Amino acid sequence: MSLTVLNAIIAVVIAIGFAALNAAYLVWAERRGAGRIQRRPGPNVNGPLGLLQPLADGAKLMTKQLMIPGGADKALFMVAPVLAMAPAIMSFVTIPFSDVIVAKSMDVGVLMIFAFASLGSMSILFAGWSSRNKYGVMASVRAVSQAISYEVPMLITVITIVMMTGSMNLHDLAVSQAGGFWHWNIIPSLASPLMPVSFLIFFICSLAETNRAPFDLGEAESELVAGFHTEYGSMGFGLFFMGEYANIVIGASLITILFLGGWGCPFGLFPSVFWFLLKIYLLIATFIWIRWTFPRTTIYGLLNLSWKILIPISLFNLLLTAGLLKVF
Amino acid sequence: MGAYFSEIFRGLQSLAIGMGITFREFFKPVVTVSYPMETLKMSARYRGHIELVEDEKGQPKCVACGMCQRACPSGCISLASESVEYEVEEKGETKTKKKKVLTKYNLNFTTCSLCGQCVENCSFGAIDFSKEYNLASSRKEDFHFDLLQRLKERNS
Repeated sequence: MSLTVLNAIIAVVIAIGFAALNAAYLVWAERRGAGRIQRRPGPNVNGPLGLLQPLADGAKLMTKQLMIPGGADKALFMVAPVLAMAPAIMSFVTIPFSDVIVAKSMDVGVLMIFAFASLGSMSILFAGWSSRNKYGVMASVRAVSQAISYEVPMLITVITIVMMTGSMNLHDLAVSQAGGFWHWNIIPSLASPLMPVSFLIFFICSLAETNRAPFDLGEAESELVAGFHTEYGSMGFGLFFMGEYANIVIGASLITILFLGGWGCPFGLFPSVFWFLLKIYLLIATFIWIRWTFPRTTIYGLLNLSWKILIPISLFNLLLTAGLLKVF
Repeated sequence: MGAYFSEIFRGLQSLAIGMGITFREFFKPVVTVSYPMETLKMSARYRGHIELVEDEKGQPKCVACGMCQRACPSGCISLASESVEYEVEEKGETKTKKKKVLTKYNLNFTTCSLCGQCVENCSFGAIDFSKEYNLASSRKEDFHFDLLQRLKERNS
């Protein structure tokens, strides 16, 4: 076995471990945060501060029977949860956590992450379609239309940034913002005066892409039972859950790299992985905060927001930046 | 065009207000009472099932007049008494007097509607509402309370 293959395997194992640990403890953080916002304690019985709750949840999920509903498309039904988790793990490979901590620095890193992210909606489509459940089908139709409409403004925003930096390598994108927060992409510059708006658009789109509230129409309990994973129990459901949280971590990492200077310190001192982790967990805390603040939107509101507001504004921003880059 | 942008700005503003509210709630103290470990103090006017009131000697204040039994619309109170002779010093001479002493006071809580007519009708303040609310059982007999027995247990 050559050294590069071994490297790749180690990177994937670390990525799986990081994703699983994050998924477990983000669920805990989510429930504790929800509790605090609603002025209740949240899970606090298992272990100090309820820190052993993810273990209890995991034991419960793994010991449950794996049911396949009658009439389901068995192959797709089994593939869907794996497909929810695998792209998320793959995306970790190219994300630079610091100047040196990156599994594989790729010149098309941005492209690769978005290619894998779009596979995520395939898993939702498979899950809803194969489980032979009307709620599942409706939820997957919604989730796919949502994914299509939000990938457009997201990618337009990314094109704007790639245009400014001139690179699709995530490492280069982060390095171009090194040295203090005034170099970050979120701060408007002469060539791109609408950058805070871009940040907001990208933030909203990553909420929608990860199927988070208030855009979690794929699993709207009040109308669709549990949405696309209605028929999933046991670890099948667990994998969907882990995939969702891994996607959240990737979304936060992307926002950090594209807009918030990656691993750079806000004051230009000691750039390191700690700044990166601090930024992504602050973003994730904001995701949780948003989830427990806003009620779920309707499907029309969701699509209107994308096609009538986000896409025109991001297109305008793209053209404006392109023009100004020529001028300056 | 103006309406389009003002709608966006008003929307964003309302979102920010909502997030401000949840941010403030986050730091407020938790209001949950972890029930079996912690309990709330019941309010003074809480009406649980009835309980006998004791006098300063620890005996029931009840004189076994039976008003409560008669007032009860559900017929869930049953009491019994016996006459006891006792001696008192009165104007230098010893007299023998009779009084009724309560020997049994049963409450059938399965039919009680907690209307409080018994407490209203008691002229001696001998019964009162308890603050007991942890009442759950799979057996009917557990709700046939012997209030005299409960009084003794309270005093012991």
